[in-house]
Amino acid sequence: MKAFTYERATSAREAASAAIRTPGAKFIAGGTNLLDLMKLQIETPQHLIDVNGLGLDKITPTSEGGLRVGALVRNTDLAADVRVRKDYGVLSRALVSGASGQLRNKATTAGNLLQRTRCPYFYDTTKPCNKRQPGSGCAAIGGFNRNLAVMGTSEACIATHPSDMAVAMRVLDATVETVNAAGQTRAIPIADFHRLPGATPNIETSLAPGELITAVTLPKPIGGTHIYQKVRDRASYAFALISVAAVIQPGGRGRLAFGGLAHKPWRVEAAEAQMPNGAKATASAVLAGARTTSQNAFKLPLVERTIGAVFEEAKA
Amino acid sequence: MHQDEGFPVSRRGVIAGGVASATLAAAPAVQAQTQGTAQAAPPTMPVTLKVNGRTTKINVDTRTTLLDALRENLKLTGTKKGCDHGQCGACTVIVEGRRINSCLTLAVMHEGEEITTIEGLGTPEKLHAMQAAFVKHDGYQCGYCTPGQICSAVATLGEIKAGIPSHVTGDIAAQPSVTTDELRERMSGNICRCGAYANIIDAIHDVAGTERTA
Repeated sequence: MKAFTYERATSAREAASAAIRTPGAKFIAGGTNLLDLMKLQIETPQHLIDVNGLGLDKITPTSEGGLRVGALVRNTDLAADVRVRKDYGVLSRALVSGASGQLRNKATTAGNLLQRTRCPYFYDTTKPCNKRQPGSGCAAIGGFNRNLAVMGTSEACIATHPSDMAVAMRVLDATVETVNAAGQTRAIPIADFHRLPGATPNIETSLAPGELITAVTLPKPIGGTHIYQKVRDRASYAFALISVAAVIQPGGRGRLAFGGLAHKPWRVEAAEAQMPNGAKATASAVLAGARTTSQNAFKLPLVERTIGAVFEEAKA
Repeated sequence: MHQDEGFPVSRRGVIAGGVASATLAAAPAVQAQTQGTAQAAPPTMPVTLKVNGRTTKINVDTRTTLLDALRENLKLTGTKKGCDHGQCGACTVIVEGRRINSCLTLAVMHEGEEITTIEGLGTPEKLHAMQAAFVKHDGYQCGYCTPGQICSAVATLGEIKAGIPSHVTGDIAAQPSVTTDELRERMSGNICRCGAYANIIDAIHDVAGTERTA
């Protein structure tokens, strides 16, 4: 790990100011992803701004009938909240399908959104990676890419976003709230929060430098059957090969979002019209434009079968 | 308050000594090595840790993980370093009542917080119920993962009692119970390379007063 200076922020705005003011500064909350990357010198911040003392750890009702989840609410607490379990079951399910009990006790809502890809070439500092070192190339495209993206990829990057939580937030149409150094706040729809890789896979979100996430808001509950189906190489404590977050209404209409497919939680709203027509029609609409490699082409039939399993579960 | 400044010979001291020998042995390297040592010392900070009921103020390099502070500064070597990347669970300790990976958190992030390590759960004379159950059920072979397993197991039963759901909880809105499936899922962040899992599950069931269900 490279040496760094450390401060404890006392207000969200002050934290954002410090991030702008201090060269090489990063926020630290749970730290479970950042410290891992710092040990490997993939992340080398010169200054850490500890935001854990900002009091952003509450879940409160919104005037619209939804919930406002503070940026520092731990994954365990969000999954266990009785309102989330009752009205946003897909989110609770997604959270407990990710990581381990120890990690969920530390990982935060905002940190989960901002976690970095688990592409093996992003982690291997001896290999080119446009995300880690812009312009160096992509070792994954011709390399071991079994678990990498099939949707929205570019010539520069085929990494996936690893979060389960974010996939459920995408299906729920959550909004990310932020503050900047000038004290200005912003509400970013989750659909616009994560970016596709394009030519700049190193820029992963629509956050401006120094902008700090303060909360994620969930709209009013939409009812329906909530399912999070995660397919992975082992039964627990593994990242998804693919995952499906579903809210299915009586009659078979509803919403679907997918993990493990793209650089961001993947949702094709237009494809949801196909849901009453079955898994094949739905999968084909979701996966239009897919670009696969010989190793990850299995994800396409896996998506169709998993959608089928989700539809069956919703009927049961 | 107990003061502890770490080992008499610090890691930095050893590195500096190594650099000095290198400059004697390899003249062309002198310039580069000297520049290296001329850099400012890495930032340090004081932090007060409350570990197993004892308050200790230490001064640490900001990079020091909670795990390294426990082992190297406080000499509490019961907590083990396995992967050092949050994957194996050997470093599991209980902070403010919650199990966490002590390798993936900085010591300076725990100012004044209550930390419990394996040494604080029980003593050789008076074992914690979970420690006694691991002995009774032979819940280990080499023992390296055991302190993390035991801290994790104690916290796991607390999490079920507190109503925190898991991936295998059937009705996510209902109170979870101590089933074998629940224990296996909840303990998946603790790896045992000797493969003592079956006996670990038996030990946890014993403490919970429940029976193996699969």
